[in-house]
Amino acid sequence: MRFIIFTLLCIFSVTTQAETKSSKSSDAGHFIVAYESKAKPIKINQMHSWVIAIQDANKKTILDAIVNIAGGMPEHDHGLPTQPLITKNLGEGKYLLEGMKFHMHGYWVVTLSIEAAGKTDQVTFPLNL
Amino acid sequence: MSTFFRWILILAASIAIIFSILWINTQFKQSSKWSSAEIEILKTLWIGNLPAIAEDNSNKLANNLEAAEFGRQLFFDERFSHNKKISCATCHIPDLYFTDGLKTAAGAQAGVHNTPTIVGMAYSPWQFWDGRSDSLWSQALSPLENELEHAATRMQFAHIIYEDKKYRLLYESLFSPLPNLSDKDRFPAIAGPVKNKQWSKTWEKMRKQDREAVTQIFVNLAKALAAYQHRLAPAASRFDRYVEALIQQDEENLILTKQEKAGLKLFIDKAQCINCHNGPLFTNNEFHNTGILSAPRHLPSMGRVIGVRKTLNDEFNCLGRFSDANENQCGDINFAKQGDELIAAHKVPTLRNINLTAPYMHSGQLETLEDVIDHYDQAPLALVGHNEIKPLELSYFEKKQLIKFLHSLSGPLAGDSIWQKNPHVLSNKQMNIAKEISAQ
Repeated sequence: MRFIIFTLLCIFSVTTQAETKSSKSSDAGHFIVAYESKAKPIKINQMHSWVIAIQDANKKTILDAIVNIAGGMPEHDHGLPTQPLITKNLGEGKYLLEGMKFHMHGYWVVTLSIEAAGKTDQVTFPLNL
Repeated sequence: MSTFFRWILILAASIAIIFSILWINTQFKQSSKWSSAEIEILKTLWIGNLPAIAEDNSNKLANNLEAAEFGRQLFFDERFSHNKKISCATCHIPDLYFTDGLKTAAGAQAGVHNTPTIVGMAYSPWQFWDGRSDSLWSQALSPLENELEHAATRMQFAHIIYEDKKYRLLYESLFSPLPNLSDKDRFPAIAGPVKNKQWSKTWEKMRKQDREAVTQIFVNLAKALAAYQHRLAPAASRFDRYVEALIQQDEENLILTKQEKAGLKLFIDKAQCINCHNGPLFTNNEFHNTGILSAPRHLPSMGRVIGVRKTLNDEFNCLGRFSDANENQCGDINFAKQGDELIAAHKVPTLRNINLTAPYMHSGQLETLEDVIDHYDQAPLALVGHNEIKPLELSYFEKKQLIKFLHSLSGPLAGDSIWQKNPHVLSNKQMNIAKEISAQ
C-alpha cells in the first residue's frame, strides 16, 4: 500500500508543478498570508527566495511581524535541508524570506509562525515538487 | 517404485520447473513503455542537465585553466607530505574514479573514513562525509596537515613552492610574489597549527604577520588544487544515452537491457533511491541518517550534526577572510541547518561509476553493491539518531535488477584525459625519448 501511495505521490509531484505563489488565512484566522517565490518554477536542490506578504484579518498590512519558518516532508519524517530566515522587511507588509531549498521530489509543507499585534498564529502551505 | 509413480513424479517436476520459469519471467518483466511523468523524472537525472561549469564565488580561480594545471601538479606531488611519499592521488586514484578501493583511507596512518570520489564534487556545496567544509579549497587544506593523511605542515608547503623554480613561477603568475622565506629563523623548515606539539610550538613562536603570510600561501595552493578538481566531472553513461534516445522519442532503443530498465523503474519508484540520489549527479548533496552501523571498534560517527558546527566555525569558510566571496554569495552557510535531525547523518554520494568505488558508506562498512541494496531493503534501526529509510520489501530479482541498472551509470570523465594523468610520471613515449637522449 505504501508503495502505491509513494508512486501516486511521485506521479502527482512531477505532473503538477509546485505553486510559485499562494495565499491563505492563518489557522486561527488572525492573519492573511501570501508567498511568492522568486524562482519560477521552484526546482529541487536550488536555493531561492520568497516574498511573504502579511495582513491582519481586516486586510490591513502588518509592518512589524516576527516570522519563523519550518517545514518538511511528512511522508519521510524530515525537515527542510536549510534554515530559511526573514532577512529584510521590505515595507508595505512584505518580508524577504531567503534560504528556501527543497532536496527531494514529493509532497512538502512550509509553515510560517507569525507574531504581530499581540497575536500569534501559523499558516501552512503545501507544495508538490 | 512403479513406472506409473515415476512418470507422475517426472510430470510434477516438469510442471514445477515450467511454473518456476514463468514466475522468474514475470519478475523480470517490465512494461516497455514509460509514462510521460516517468520520462520527466528520468530527464532530471540526465547528465545533459548538469551545468557545464560549477561556480565557486569563494575561489576566484576556480575555473582558471592555469590554476587547474598548477593544481594538477600539486595533486600528484608526493613531496607535499611528511615522508615525501603521499600525494592527494595516493587516496584519490584516477583509475578508481579517484577513490582508493579501501574501507578507510591509508595515508600517514590508518584513517577512519572511506575515501569519497572527487569527480563532480565541485558541484557540491559541502565537502567531506559530514560536510565540515563548504568549498573544495577549504576541504583541500585539511588532509595536507591531518596527522592521518599527509601529516605535514603549511610551512613545509610554502618552502617547497619557494624553492622549486617551476612552482614558484606558476604560483607568482597566478597569485602574488612570494615573501622571502630564506630566513630560517623567521620561517622554520617545519611549522603549523597541527597536532604535533613541537611543530605547533614552532608555529606559535613565529610572528603573527609571518604566520598570516604562510597561511595565505597555503590557502592559495588549496585554491589551485580546487581549480584542478573543478576539471573532474563525469561524462555521459549508457543511462544518459538511453534518456537521450527517450527524449528523441526512440522508446524502442536497446541501449539499456530489459533488466537494467526494470532496475531503473525500481530506482525511481518502489526502491525510492531517487529520493536522495536525484539530479544529474545522482545526489542531492545533503545529509541523511540511513541507519549505517559504525565501523568495527569505532564509536558511531555523529556526522552532519558535528560537521555543520565545524564549518560554521571554520576560519576558511565562505564568510572568512581568505574567501573571495562577499557575504551575500555565501547562501549555503548563511542558511545552514543545525539540530538533532542531523545526528549520524552523512552526505549522499554520487552513484555515477559506483561500480568502481567499493567499498561503500562513510567508513566502507558495506563491501558490495549487493550489501548496500540489502541494507536499504532491510532498513535496520539506527544505532544513534533516526533512520530515515523504511523497509522496501524487494524481491531477489528486483535487487539484481537494481544492481544491473547501477552498472549502467558507468562512463568516462568529461574533458581532456590529461586531467587524469600524473604529470610527474613520464609516459612510455617520453621514457623512450629520454633513453635515446641519455644514450647519445
